[in-house]
Amino acid sequence: MLDRMEGKYDVVVVGGGPAGMGAALGARDSGAERVLILDREPEAGGILWQCIHSGFGLHYFREELTGPEYAERFFEKVIDYEVDLVTNSYVSGISVDSDGTKSVRVMNEEHGMDTVNTKSVVLSMGCRERTRGSIRIPGTRPSGVLPAGLAQKIVNLKGYLPGKRIAILGSGDIGLIMARRLTLEGCKVAGVFEIMPYSNGLTRNVVQCLEDFGIPLHLSTTVAYIHGLDRVEKITVAPVSKDLKPDMSRAWDVKCDTLLLSIGLIPENELSLSLGIQMDVVTGGPRVSSTLETSMPGVFASGNVLHVHDLVDFVTRESLLAGQFAGEWAQGVRRPADNIRLVPGDNVRYCVPHSLSPEREHTIYMRCKEAMMPCRIRVGNLMERKLRFVVPAEMIIFKIKPDLLDKFHGDTLRIDILPAEKGKRHD
Amino acid sequence: MYDVAIIGGGVIGCSIARELSRYQVRTVVLEKYAEVGFGTTKTNSGIIHAGHHSSPDTLKGQLVVRGNTLFDQLCSELNFGFARIGELVVAQGEEDIPVLEHLKKQGENKGVPGLEMWDQKRLQREEPNLSHKLVAALHAPSAGVINPYEFAFALIENAVDNGVELKVDSPVLKIDVVKDGFVFHTPHEQIASRFALNCGGIFADKIAQMVGLNDFTINPRKGEEYMLDKRLMGLVRRLIFPVPKPTTKGILIIPTFNGTIMVGPTAEDTDDRYDVTTSYDGAKQVFDFVSNICPSITERETITEFAGLRAVSNTNDFIMGPTNIKGFINVAGIQSPGLTSAPAIAEYVCYILKGEGLVLKPKGNFKHHVPGPPRFGTLGIEEQQKLIKENPLFAKIVCRCELVTEAEIHNAIDHGARTLDGIKFRSRAGMGRCQGGFCTTRCMDILAKRLGLSFHEITKRGGDSWIVTEMGKVKNR
Repeated sequence: MLDRMEGKYDVVVVGGGPAGMGAALGARDSGAERVLILDREPEAGGILWQCIHSGFGLHYFREELTGPEYAERFFEKVIDYEVDLVTNSYVSGISVDSDGTKSVRVMNEEHGMDTVNTKSVVLSMGCRERTRGSIRIPGTRPSGVLPAGLAQKIVNLKGYLPGKRIAILGSGDIGLIMARRLTLEGCKVAGVFEIMPYSNGLTRNVVQCLEDFGIPLHLSTTVAYIHGLDRVEKITVAPVSKDLKPDMSRAWDVKCDTLLLSIGLIPENELSLSLGIQMDVVTGGPRVSSTLETSMPGVFASGNVLHVHDLVDFVTRESLLAGQFAGEWAQGVRRPADNIRLVPGDNVRYCVPHSLSPEREHTIYMRCKEAMMPCRIRVGNLMERKLRFVVPAEMIIFKIKPDLLDKFHGDTLRIDILPAEKGKRHD
Repeated sequence: MYDVAIIGGGVIGCSIARELSRYQVRTVVLEKYAEVGFGTTKTNSGIIHAGHHSSPDTLKGQLVVRGNTLFDQLCSELNFGFARIGELVVAQGEEDIPVLEHLKKQGENKGVPGLEMWDQKRLQREEPNLSHKLVAALHAPSAGVINPYEFAFALIENAVDNGVELKVDSPVLKIDVVKDGFVFHTPHEQIASRFALNCGGIFADKIAQMVGLNDFTINPRKGEEYMLDKRLMGLVRRLIFPVPKPTTKGILIIPTFNGTIMVGPTAEDTDDRYDVTTSYDGAKQVFDFVSNICPSITERETITEFAGLRAVSNTNDFIMGPTNIKGFINVAGIQSPGLTSAPAIAEYVCYILKGEGLVLKPKGNFKHHVPGPPRFGTLGIEEQQKLIKENPLFAKIVCRCELVTEAEIHNAIDHGARTLDGIKFRSRAGMGRCQGGFCTTRCMDILAKRLGLSFHEITKRGGDSWIVTEMGKVKNR
């Protein structure tokens, strides 16, 4: 593994997961000479190392890879492309000088506290898991309540089990994957309990990880109580009413020694916040232009730090682009600012990027608020597309061609998801 | 044969142990959990009260002001986190003002320094984020906050440095009253002493029953607390109290020593001495109440919650003193303001022991100091660089939320941490917003290596609180 950090860089990438590696490659593709990845782990690759299941790369490589295989492919490219990579390094702060140069403060056991100067920065710190504290689960506070991703690390990287009899709260993808993984390791998975009336994971995961193994998925049901002083002994689960409150009259107990939480991910933006970057309260990530530039000139963002993606393939695609623009920025390319704001309308929870320019083609990533089927997406009065269905768990991706925007003369473009039946048109 | 056995290593037992370690006395502390301070102490709100809340007619009312004044010196010797941030009792309506005036008078009579009535204008200037509907406040500048578990750790460490013996995982199961003293049965051994100090907290009445004393009861009163995200740091600068009620000082806004804001506690009587559960009702009660006082605090900011039990006695006061069983001394019913009173309680217990015939001859070589743990995240860059130069492990971040370095994890183990919670409460690793999602396996790796244990032998807080189990083997339990 490379381990050097010299002089001034064109692009410094914070985080060496799939987003960071993609961004570094994109930056090199753009012609930026000196690109550095800083990663806090001993090896680049991020969360992919613990994702030993397959299903990665179907979109990007058109073949099915495991997480480590996917990481390996990019890691080799990072080496081929002569990207500098320094691991075991924690970025503790970034400051911007008057001439726009960014100073990235790095802590590393070998080098101590160091500062690296760079023209542009890509933020690709990924995300973290929501914990018990972010929702209310009454009861005791025993050992054995842990986020599903931590359990995945314990099993796949440490070679231990989080417990033997497992219940899972939340149907996020990591929880579903772990239901299968732990079953294969001989654990009994008593069930997956999801407060919403639909699964929060991909349909393919519900089928392949639960249905194929006979693991029950209880929708509109939540964990209403945790029992056990030292270690989880059982949980009380209850169906929820319309206001998502548990109906204790219909509650039942589930014996288990472990409760995994798969209740969502939060983009990890402490560094972005310390830079004073403008954030989107819905995504939890920075607001970005169509070049994936944040509100701070020369600072770009991509991957799960920007918004939580369904598939690593999408992270890669977005990050290659962010790296490309960050590399160009470092080489002095300054594009005109976007002149069209993109705003979420009916049944749209968020859309990224936050603004557009008629200069180029755009890939829009968005999520709906509620499931709808069949339906149509309407982009202002420019385009409309029919969709078989939308669900909050599955990201919606579509492209907007530049010639389409040429015809647009307003400054705000609104995206709506509407029922397929002829809705009322108000344009 | 020990001179004194202290039953219970909470903040009271540890305070007394440290006080006794000044003298030529053989002392042992018997703690049932894996580490000291793991009972009521670690769930304490961490408030050092000014002392004007409690009536001078009670023992707790008498000890609290003395306790408060002892904290500056204790902090300089033991280096735990302590700051006199001041306290405000806020009036939500005109009808509360006479109560504030009564508290002010009561405090002044007891010698509480600097009490001052603030009008609405002053209150809004000093604490602009509190509700503008609040009409007045009573300011007590001598009130402060500490991290109660750090206090207990520092006390016991200093006591042990000065010769006190600490036995953890040693619940007292049975006590024999023998000629000239007592024999304590723990799961591992039998220990004899001349004097017994009952610092059993929630279980103090049960301990007293072991020697045949049935003259008091402990009626646990549960309190739920909610810890909020660090981004609210600075929202309020002082402890915020509502006007007190008979059973409780009310639900408070507590800017903890580290600046994180905590809200609570509730007050609910319970029969279950292990009931440290949180509840929907508790959360609702806390946030409904607090949002009236500080509207920008919402439940959404919660990063974790917990509950603790107050050891309320049937007299609603501290129960301290000799008993019908010669040499058996109660230090029981230590409810609020027990933490504040702890140093004064320790002095008082030494006085009682003296009266009972224990000779307290000062040691010539008493060590006053405990070096505080390094706190990398709180230092300026130059100091951080200096630490890194001395020890490169200070450049290795283990907990990113609280910026805790590997050097600090080793330091926690050097100073007694044996469990994941022991590391957390000493170093803050795992206390931040990701609640250990990132650092758990890292801390476990270091603990396993340092203690010579396997990964699966590490526990959260001792007992049956195992964290992982071996692959392919069913754990029988």
